[in-house]
This record gives sequence, C-alpha cells and structure tokens, in this order.
Amino acid sequence: MRTADVVIVGGGPAGLAAAALIHEKGIREILLLEREKTLGGVLRQCIHDGFGLTRFQEAMSGPEYAKKFIEKVQKLGIPYLTNASVICIEPSREDGQKAAPEDDIPASARICDKTGASGHIPEKQLENSNASRYKIVTYVSPSGLEKVRTRVLILAMGCRERSRGALAIPGERPPGVFTAGVAQSYMNLYNHMPGKEVIILGSGDIGMIMARRLTLEGASVKAVFELLPYPSGLPRNMEQCLNDYGIPLYLNTTVTDIHGKDRLRGVTVSEVDENQKPIPGTEREYSCDTLILSVGLIPENELTIDAGVRMDDRTCGPLVSEYLETSIPGIFAAGNVLHVHDVVDFVSEEAELMAESAALYLAEGGLPRGKIKVEPGNGVSQLVPQLVTGTRDFEISLRVTSPKKNLTLTVSQGGKVIASRKIKKAIPAEMARIPVSAGSLSGEEALIVSAEEGARV
Amino acid sequence: MSLKERTYTCIVCPNSCEITVKIRDGSVSEVSGASCPRGEDYARQEILAPVRNIATTVLVRGGSIPLCSVRLSRPIPRERIFDAISAIHEVSLDAPVRAGTVLIQDLLGLGVDVLLTRDVPALEGPFQKNE
Ligand SMILES: Cc1cc2nc3c(=O)[nH]c(=O)nc-3n(C[C@H](O)[C@H](O)[C@H](O)COP(=O)(O)OP(=O)(O)OC[C@H]3O[C@@H](n4cnc5c(N)ncnc54)[C@H](O)[C@@H]3O)c2cc1C
Ligand code: SF4
Repeated sequence: MRTADVVIVGGGPAGLAAAALIHEKGIREILLLEREKTLGGVLRQCIHDGFGLTRFQEAMSGPEYAKKFIEKVQKLGIPYLTNASVICIEPSREDGQKAAPEDDIPASARICDKTGASGHIPEKQLENSNASRYKIVTYVSPSGLEKVRTRVLILAMGCRERSRGALAIPGERPPGVFTAGVAQSYMNLYNHMPGKEVIILGSGDIGMIMARRLTLEGASVKAVFELLPYPSGLPRNMEQCLNDYGIPLYLNTTVTDIHGKDRLRGVTVSEVDENQKPIPGTEREYSCDTLILSVGLIPENELTIDAGVRMDDRTCGPLVSEYLETSIPGIFAAGNVLHVHDVVDFVSEEAELMAESAALYLAEGGLPRGKIKVEPGNGVSQLVPQLVTGTRDFEISLRVTSPKKNLTLTVSQGGKVIASRKIKKAIPAEMARIPVSAGSLSGEEALIVSAEEGARV
Repeated sequence: MSLKERTYTCIVCPNSCEITVKIRDGSVSEVSGASCPRGEDYARQEILAPVRNIATTVLVRGGSIPLCSVRLSRPIPRERIFDAISAIHEVSLDAPVRAGTVLIQDLLGLGVDVLLTRDVPALEGPFQKNE
C-alpha cells in the first residue's frame, strides 16, 4: 500500500494552503487528492472580484486567487492527483484493528453521527496510541480503486449547497429550478445561460452575485425573496449586486408554489409570519422561466461521519480543538468542511493554522486533547473550536443568531469574563472572531461565548 | 447653509462598514464609520460618481472550456457597465490563453484594461472536454 505522512482530501483553497504550509514545515510525504479535473475548488467558478483583499490587499477574482495557491503547490512539487475521489476514510491502529473516537462528547454537541456509537474501544485503551494510529484512505482514480496509508489526514472537502429537496416547496417540479452554485458553474464554466426571466429564492451571497451576473448577461431578474426578517448575505453584495441594478429584495417572504410542466412558467410567493408560516391572502404571482435557490451551504461531511468523527450539528462540521484536530487524533479539518466561511481569505488562514498543528502532531507524536468545552451562550448560534486544551492562545470564530449593533462578545468561565471584545455590528452572514489567551483559563469548566447588545464588561 | 447626511455600505471589502458622510454646503465636511482609509475614499467617490468593477466571460474556441473569465483592471463609472459588457462581448479568443493577458486596452476610452482571469488550455484530445 502507498504510504504518506499527510493526505489531504480536497484541492480547494483550504487543501492548497494546507499543502503549501505542511511542505514549508519540511514534510515531504504529502498526497493531495482532488475529485475534479483541476485544482481550485469552488473558486474556479467565482469569476467576480473581491477575493484576496484581506490577504493580498488586492481585489482579484476567484480563479486568480486560486491560481496563486495552485502555482505554489506546483512549484514546490507537492504530489497531487486530480480526478481522484475519496470514497472512504478509516482510522486504523497499528495492530490493524479499527479504531474509534474517544468517548469524550461534550453535552453541547448534539451528535449528528449516523454511524452511532457501536464498536467503541474505551478511551483508556487508546491512550498514548495517537502516533501509532494510521488512517487508510480509499479513492477512485482513472487507474481504479487505490488505497493510501497515512499518519495525518486533512479534511478539506468544502461544502455543498442546500437544494430544493431540503426546502419542501410544494407543487410541480418543472425544469428551470437551479441552485445558485449550479447556475454559476453553468454560466461561468460551460457557457450555458439558465434562463431569461429569473426569480431568486434566498438572499445568500451566491444568489445575489448570480442576480448581478444574470442581469449583466441580459436576463431580467425580477426579485429576491428571503424567508428571514434579515438578509442572509453580506451588505456589500446587497449594495453592488441588487441595489445597483434596482433588483428588489423582499424579506419575510417565500416561494409557496411552482408552476409549469415542460418548463417553469412562474411562482407564487407569500409573506410569512414570525413563525415562518405563510400568511393566507398575501399570495402574489410572478412569471419566470428560472428559479434560483440560494438557501445556504452545508459542510460536505459524509466521509467524516462514516469515519466515526464526532460532529457538531450546529456547524454540521466535525468537533475540533484549538489545534483544529477532530475527535480522532491525527485527523484535522479546515475551511468550509469545518464551518461555512463567507470570505476565502480566512479559509486560507484557518488552513495554515491547521497545517501547523498537523506538523506539530507529526513532530511530537500527538497533540494535547481538548477537554474544556466551548459552548454558545446568548446571541451565538455556532462556534469553532468546540473543545479546547488550554495549552495555547486561540481564537473563537462564531456566528450571531440575529443582526446586532454595538455589541460585546464575551467568553466567560465559571461566571468570570476571561475575554471580551466590543464590535460595532454583527450579522449572521458574517463570521465574528474573538481571541482568548490560554493563561486566562483556569480549571476545566466550560467556556460560554455570548454576543450581547450594549453589554458591559 | 445646507447640511445633508448620507450613509453608504462600503463594498471595498467584506467588512461592509457603514460609512456616514456629512455634506455641508455641497462639500464633504465629515466622514465617519470607515474602519480604514480605503472606505473613506470609497464614500467620497460614491458621492461624486459611483464606480464599480465588473466580471464577465468571453468565448474561447478550441479550449478545454468554451469561455474565459475577465475583469477590469480598475473600476469604471457605474453607468458605463452595460456599454462595457457589450464591448467585451464583441471579442472572442482562440485557445490557449493565459490569465493576466490584456484582452482590451483602454476599454471605451475609460482608461481601464480588460484582463483575462484564468488559463484556458487548448483542447488536446477527445477526453479533455470541459473542466
Ligand atoms: C457555489 C459557491 C460560491 C461561492 N462564492 C464565494 C464568493 O463569491 N466569495 C467568497 O469569498 N466565497 C465564496 N464561496 C465560499 C468560498 O468559495 C469558500 O470559502 C472557499 O472556496 C472554501 O474553500 P474550501 O477549500 O474549504 O472548499 P472548496 O473550495 O469547496 O474546495 C473543496 C474541494 O474538495 C473537493 N472534494 C470534496 N469532496 C472530495 C472527495 N471526496 N474526494 C476528493 N476531493 C473532494 C472538491 O471537489 C473541491 O475542489 C462560495 C462557495 C460556494 C459553494
Ligand atoms: S471601510 Fe475599510 S474595512 Fe470597512 S468595508 Fe470598507 S474597505 Fe473594508
């Protein structure tokens, strides 16, 4: 069997940045596996500008941002395979037995682990076996089914879009309904225009970006409808993708019916009440040949779940420590597979942080394990990392439950505030971050992270 | 004396700062809310004449994919966006093409160039269609 020190699953911005940094740390036995024909991940289809501002102080398009990292990986001679789709990852111990994650499940993490807890090896037996544990990665490439055995496995599979199935729109299902990302790849990679008269459901960033793109290519985008009382994308995209072109955004409104047989002919929209139930009598009809869904992204974690890695059903990604190590020692995650990011610059940064931990894991034969829970408190819907070791300073990335102004982010332990940060505004569409110094932690009591308006410290 | 106040959402970076501009007697008297100088410049420009960058695609013959993405080297006046798109669409290319190549110099006399933003290699064999 082929062996490696580090196998990376996914050649998007997270996988590429991780590969380059691991190489920089002197590790050479690397293998990056990407299922598409080319590297770059979802950035290949994001042709608008606005990437790289934080990292390179330069506004570039998605393909240009990706190219910087692809060229680095190629120049360093890091081994990678495209057209190589990973179908299974198995943690296995040196003695060949199947290993299992530790039983250290935080109460805050409501588990969405479909494999259940069967076949567990008690934690005691696994002690000190970190470094001896290998992971077997199975992938399909043009030359057939292959396996590689690795000491470190990096998850960088990105995310996928929620689709109509997840939405339960009643009515017929004629052609003409696309997710925003699919419409984006049709237009930007295959030169295929989805339609001429467009309605967009959901105010996610990709949907707004597609509203502008379709308008510039001659389509008429009639409106964007959002179920929630606030937009789910960034204000800058509302400004430059909708307002610039006079495309109206209706909040508290959703599509309640779809019409057409051979092709979409129109939709019915209704306003919703505070419980998101359609209000009878508020129905409006719109004619359209295209309905674009921009209703959110979910981390792509089938492989992770099947491997038995503990999941967080808030982020839909794995539970990780501040080293970005999952519940299975030696398996790390970063980028959209861990939690959905809005800005790719932070994906690269997170992946580099993870890669440093992975190098440390290899050098030291293991890393401290997270024991201290980090839980969302008031105003916080999700966060990463969910379990910390307290052995080094770290940053908590979080999302707020609803838009807030002049707020204070606080991290407290046992009723004592150990970190706080005032920010002017926070919206669910934007990730907020708060640094915590390891020295401020005492004992193993859980950390509670909250975001409150006008809260005083 | 007239005092006007306008609020802009800065589009320069994903921070999306809300910038308030006070205009006294037709000239800017105060800019607040920007977290960096780029935002202040943006708001001043937005009052004068909004500018935007745009991206679109042009057709490529004989390439691994049928088109290549492009963007402008710098933003242009917002009201010229549709003219710019039409002018760009008149051009097509033969593969291979390289990212960074200038497709059109001084687009419509606006002083900006149109740049290719990706490589499109030539189609080599029957199995290399699409991405
Ligand atoms: C449709 C869409 C549009 C977006 N638009 C923007 C935008 O305009 N601006 C912005 O800042 N951010 C945008 N984002 C988010 C941004 O692209 C991400 O933050 C960034 O690309 C995440 O990088 P990543 O490496 O985690 O994931 P990805 O870029 O998704 O890369 C993951 C890679 O893993 C590969 N992969 C997955 N599973 C396997 C497997 N089993 N085996 C092998 N390979 C696998 C995939 O093919 C892919 O190449 C968008 C996201 C999506 C989904
Ligand atoms: S003001 Fe500066 S930090 Fe704020 S959005 Fe604009 S560019 Fe970004």
